[in-house]
Amino acid sequence: MAEMKGSMTSTDVLNNYTIEEVNTDVLIVGGGMVGCGAAFEIKKWAPKDMKITMVEKASIERSGAVAMGLSAINTYLGDNTPEDYVKHVANDLMGIVREDLIYDTGRHVDSTVQLFEKFGLPIFKEDEEDTRSIAEGARPLRAGRWQIMIHGESYKVLVAEAARKALGEENILERVFITELLMDEKHENRVAGAIGFSLREAKIYIFKAKAVIMACGGTVNVFRPRSQAEGMGRTWYAIWNAGSTYAMGYQAGAEMTTMENRFVPNRFKDGYGPVGAWFTLFKSRVLNAHGEDYMQKWGHMLQDYAPYGLAKVPATCLWNHVMLKDWMEGNGPFYMNTSGAIKTLFETLPEKRKKSLEADAWEDFLDMTVAQAGLWAAMDIDPAETNSEVMPTEPYFLGSHSGACGMWVSGPEDLAPKEYQWGYNRMTTVNGLFTGGDGVGASGHKFSSGSYVEGRIAAKSAVRFVLDDSGYTPTVHTDNKVLAEKIYGPMITFEKFKDYSTEPNVNPNYIRPRLYLFRLNKLMDEYVAGTSTFYRTSEANLLRGLDLLNRLKDDAPKLAASNLHELMRAWENYHRSIVGELHLRHVLFREETRYPGFYYRTDHPKLDEQNWKVFVNSKINKTTGQPELFKKPYIELVPKN
Amino acid sequence: MPSFVITEKCDGCKGRDKTACQYICPNDLMVLNKDIMKAYNQEPDQCWECYSCVKICPQSAIEVRAYQDFAPLGSSVIPMRGSDSIMWTVKFRNGKIKRFKFPIRTTPEGGIDPYQGIAEVNQGNLKDERLCDELGIELTVPKK
Repeated sequence: MAEMKGSMTSTDVLNNYTIEEVNTDVLIVGGGMVGCGAAFEIKKWAPKDMKITMVEKASIERSGAVAMGLSAINTYLGDNTPEDYVKHVANDLMGIVREDLIYDTGRHVDSTVQLFEKFGLPIFKEDEEDTRSIAEGARPLRAGRWQIMIHGESYKVLVAEAARKALGEENILERVFITELLMDEKHENRVAGAIGFSLREAKIYIFKAKAVIMACGGTVNVFRPRSQAEGMGRTWYAIWNAGSTYAMGYQAGAEMTTMENRFVPNRFKDGYGPVGAWFTLFKSRVLNAHGEDYMQKWGHMLQDYAPYGLAKVPATCLWNHVMLKDWMEGNGPFYMNTSGAIKTLFETLPEKRKKSLEADAWEDFLDMTVAQAGLWAAMDIDPAETNSEVMPTEPYFLGSHSGACGMWVSGPEDLAPKEYQWGYNRMTTVNGLFTGGDGVGASGHKFSSGSYVEGRIAAKSAVRFVLDDSGYTPTVHTDNKVLAEKIYGPMITFEKFKDYSTEPNVNPNYIRPRLYLFRLNKLMDEYVAGTSTFYRTSEANLLRGLDLLNRLKDDAPKLAASNLHELMRAWENYHRSIVGELHLRHVLFREETRYPGFYYRTDHPKLDEQNWKVFVNSKINKTTGQPELFKKPYIELVPKN
Repeated sequence: MPSFVITEKCDGCKGRDKTACQYICPNDLMVLNKDIMKAYNQEPDQCWECYSCVKICPQSAIEVRAYQDFAPLGSSVIPMRGSDSIMWTVKFRNGKIKRFKFPIRTTPEGGIDPYQGIAEVNQGNLKDERLCDELGIELTVPKK
């Protein structure tokens, strides 16, 4: 990492850069599932002369959380109703969710999955010989109540191809990293564009836009990962998800919600391969070192978390909670009972399915976590004979899986309570700023299909927003010199000081992005309930962590970057530190343990339905630069039984 | 497991308009060393092992070597991605080999017509909650 001879160096960039201004109507930041959904929908609604621009830090064929592929679509309702879906998500996220948003995603998601099949996504059918599409009446093969199995290696390639066709090549700018949003100078609380830089050329971009759809995914690597060398790259969620959605949205003034939530997936250890199909399709269980089912052994613990623990499928965090108890009792490590499951399946499955069983199991990994297949190969694991270790990972922030971080957005007009509704579906509290997927808080379990749906919804709303205010032009004053000094700041710092020491990595005048990340990882892990404390923290620990985090952020202006690649890391890791602070402050504010198994407030170890069945939201105070935290009421739309 | 480039096989995508691995890497890791016209992974510990570079390399010059901080040496997983399917060769540490072939798409590459079968929308429908392919249906709201 000392030398990065490939990317354009700071010397070259600073001597040659240009600034390009792009005027557009709608700017889509991020070309993942949300961005591609937005691209597809928006061209149907936008008048011919409305200009749409997408900007992405990678290439959209392989960007976002679905870049590698997926082996399942986890949200397809089929015979379930949107009400069933709301009940399921609400229970899994311990009761505090925006039911209007979940219902809304649920009622649109199946038509979107049918769209994917039309693009060319191969979907497993219940009857292998059924050649019809789902739209024509075929039944997809269920992996679970909500999941269907796909041959999804090229899922993102397909979705990107459709987005490219819809928007037109000339409207997609790839390898451009957005650092922050621009606010309008004449209209308070209105977004007016964004700024960023090219990763391939010495070029700064100023985008002026009437509406912005922000969709840069969730946040990975805020906490110290379990693996510390090469394996650090093997995060569970996409490692390139740097928290830019939350950091930039928050800094623009958007109200954030449920940032105290986190997801700690229980996954195959180290390879982080998916366990979902093993549980739901192959009917496997995780057993402790003595072959005991910890859920049976400690099942009574779930009663402390009624009603969420008593549902047919208890909330995801509670599975972790019970497993961690068993671990503390000395009964780890834990293993997915693949051998037992395969043995049982062989006794019950029809001959035809038996043959494909092995391929299905391997495809589950090869489609979405090749590393797990690699680890099985490296460890000579045949799942029919050897069980594989399972362990909860480091924490992640996201809003699309079993997590609920994100921005507080307006719900749909036809069903959201008035408290949750301000005119444009999926618009944040900043006028003209829309989001979807991981960006929308308090409404998890949308996964890939639901995220695409939210991109579509946001796009349609954004078109209406722009048309409703057709006289508007963005007013943004940017001093080119100031802008360049800000965006290229880490390069300027590097150039200024690099010759002071003989080894540029050790220099008292600056901090490299890598060390900035490690410092963040260490303090989050040790004080904010990471793996090293088994997800435990308290007020005193959080305050100590906040002190260390503030000192880290004080050093952010000293970040140094020797080339464009490292410049992106500097900005990404800065975004990560903002997300870390938001999480810390939310955990500090919520004086209860709402998500045991994901994290524990040891000073408030119980679930407190009476005082805390509310959202915790936050917003930047633009005068002080500090976040302000407050409660927002939870409103039930779908009665639970 | 970080990707690595086999020196002998990499030709720097000389005859092409772009360096394939550098073009595709979602994390901006693959980069061309112009002095020797060979690509390399500039930040191996940020490699998610998504195999995007392995799959796209026209020379089959890129492979992945297991993360050495937790995986024993000696195995490999190698894909061969075609236009409608992908072949995987999984080589175990003990020498055993498994091969799998899975479909990846049912439409020809570049053949997607995103709006095929979707009628023109009416701007009047902008205000309701239906998406462009849902105009014929009635959206539900929660039952009280």
